[in-house]
Amino acid sequence: MARYLAARLLQAVGVLWAAFTVTFAVLYALPGDAVAMLLGPNGENDLTPEQLQAVREQHGLDRPLPEQYLDRLAGLVRGDLGTSYVDGRPVRDLLAEVLPHTLQIAGLGLLLGLLTGATVAVVATWTRVAWLGRLLTALPPLGVAVPSFWLGLMLLQLFSFALPVFPAMGNQGWRSLVLPAVTLAVPAAATVAQLLNKGLESALRQPYVETARAKGAGRTRVHLRHALRNGSLPTVTLAGLMVGGVLGGAVVTETVFSRAGLGRLTVAAVASRDVPTVLGVVVLAATVYVLVNLAVDLVYPLLDPRVVGAVRRRATARGDASAFTPSALREGATHG
Amino acid sequence: MAETVLVSTGLAEPAAPATTDREQVRTIGDRARSALVELIRRPGLTLALLVLAVALLAALAPSLLAPGDPYAAAPADRLQAPGAGHPFGTDQLGRDLYTRVVHGSALSLSAAGLAVVFGLAVGSLLGLLGGFVGGLVDAALMRVVDVLLAVPGILLSLAMITALGFGTVNVAIAVGAGSIASCARIMRSQVLSVRTSDVVEAAVAGGATRLRVLLRHVLPASAAPVLVLAALDLGGAVLAVSSLSFLGFGVQPPTPEWGALVAEGRDYLSSAWWLTAMPGLVVVATVLAANHVARSLDPEARPS
Repeated sequence: MARYLAARLLQAVGVLWAAFTVTFAVLYALPGDAVAMLLGPNGENDLTPEQLQAVREQHGLDRPLPEQYLDRLAGLVRGDLGTSYVDGRPVRDLLAEVLPHTLQIAGLGLLLGLLTGATVAVVATWTRVAWLGRLLTALPPLGVAVPSFWLGLMLLQLFSFALPVFPAMGNQGWRSLVLPAVTLAVPAAATVAQLLNKGLESALRQPYVETARAKGAGRTRVHLRHALRNGSLPTVTLAGLMVGGVLGGAVVTETVFSRAGLGRLTVAAVASRDVPTVLGVVVLAATVYVLVNLAVDLVYPLLDPRVVGAVRRRATARGDASAFTPSALREGATHG
Repeated sequence: MAETVLVSTGLAEPAAPATTDREQVRTIGDRARSALVELIRRPGLTLALLVLAVALLAALAPSLLAPGDPYAAAPADRLQAPGAGHPFGTDQLGRDLYTRVVHGSALSLSAAGLAVVFGLAVGSLLGLLGGFVGGLVDAALMRVVDVLLAVPGILLSLAMITALGFGTVNVAIAVGAGSIASCARIMRSQVLSVRTSDVVEAAVAGGATRLRVLLRHVLPASAAPVLVLAALDLGGAVLAVSSLSFLGFGVQPPTPEWGALVAEGRDYLSSAWWLTAMPGLVVVATVLAANHVARSLDPEARPS
């Protein structure tokens, strides 16, 4: 178990470092002079070359790229994400300020999405009413095809303007949380429902379901106790992707509902080409992904005891028994 | 595609099942007839193909579907609800929304297509290289791919846009970057399974160079699943491109584009619902159709 933990922890740090490096490469090494474009949207500005140079020096952009990279990396280890080009404040403070707003709608949206998605999948595979089953299997593809920005606007239309139930914008009170959370929940629910549907269908074909039925377990009991428990494992391994999806969805949702938060901060930073802030947001998102995956990897052996056994066997026999680890399953599930 | 693979491995496996032999000698007329029967038996697929055909026609020859001028303002007709003269209504300047949506499909669809092609090309190249060369190169490439998966697609796209600047082509490249990872993975696993096949071993034994083996034998045999993935990506690319345009990083008004049209209509949400609803519905229909067609290409494909 300790070996399993250590391997997972090391992998998490590695992914985080690589995410930082790739994003740094994209933002700093691609053509385009960030400072020149920062000061004038199309590259033209009233500053003299000397003044431009002064701004570059202020942000350390005049030094060679490897030096900037190492400097930034050292800062990251200390928890320092640099300073914003736009208002000169530490990026860490900017992120910390808006993060709670985003966590509220993201958390609520994720919860809502999980519950709805799971209900849809369970009822769709359980029901014997043909039209209901067909309707419920048709819903997730629809949920995946609806653009979030449009869904949010339609919800605004219906529940803020046509029927004034919820406020159209802002961060005040629980009422302002509802519509953004629903907007985030729909794609999450659709993904959960599709994955769980597949998991349940394959679980219901397994011999242990036959055994449970033969021993006299009722249909509902077999469905919930036996099939759901095993059929939900593939969905659990994708929790990291789902949390990442909700964080990414916040970009559009917060813009639609004019809510302060991580997403709006990102849009503003991209619009003003505030490179350090964009880098900070990406590193934060990668950190969340890594942490969620780490949590899944730690909880997983409790759900599926084959994992620890597989790791132990591999350590001694170098066999091919690691196919049940969450990362192996994740790899399989993200193929496509 | 499965048949091509069978034909190329036919030498090594002479005992192919009888049904496949019969399929191979079917005439083109037989194939057309069975395709027609298939379409009648699956009305959903027919509808999806029809929607895609209309969208494609709108992109290639917009004047056929909407002869009017997408920029022609008519202040007298401003903000009219959908009706006989204007099926999608008119906007704040009296421009016909239907005409603007039809003329916007060229930009939306070509950006999505470019995104898919870019992701497919870069991803396949990485996967091909990693799978064929192996060793350290493979390990390094696959770690990069892991990282691309760790960052939500839209944030990756936004980082690319920060570096590249605004505009439709940059949006397309940024969206395509998001699908590099999955293409690379599938291509790599395909290459790994083809690399040890009899065809490749025969070619190597026959004295073919590494490059020739890669291009003539490994690439064609690995292409099918990657192309199915690309088809699956198309719907997602339409969504992502329109989202980034909605945020204002794509075309600038007054150029029509589906996401940009929704963004323009946003200011009139309380008074003119059709300005946001109609372009959005067109996006939904296109994405649903693209995903449906892609899934029916490959019954094994995982929806995601």
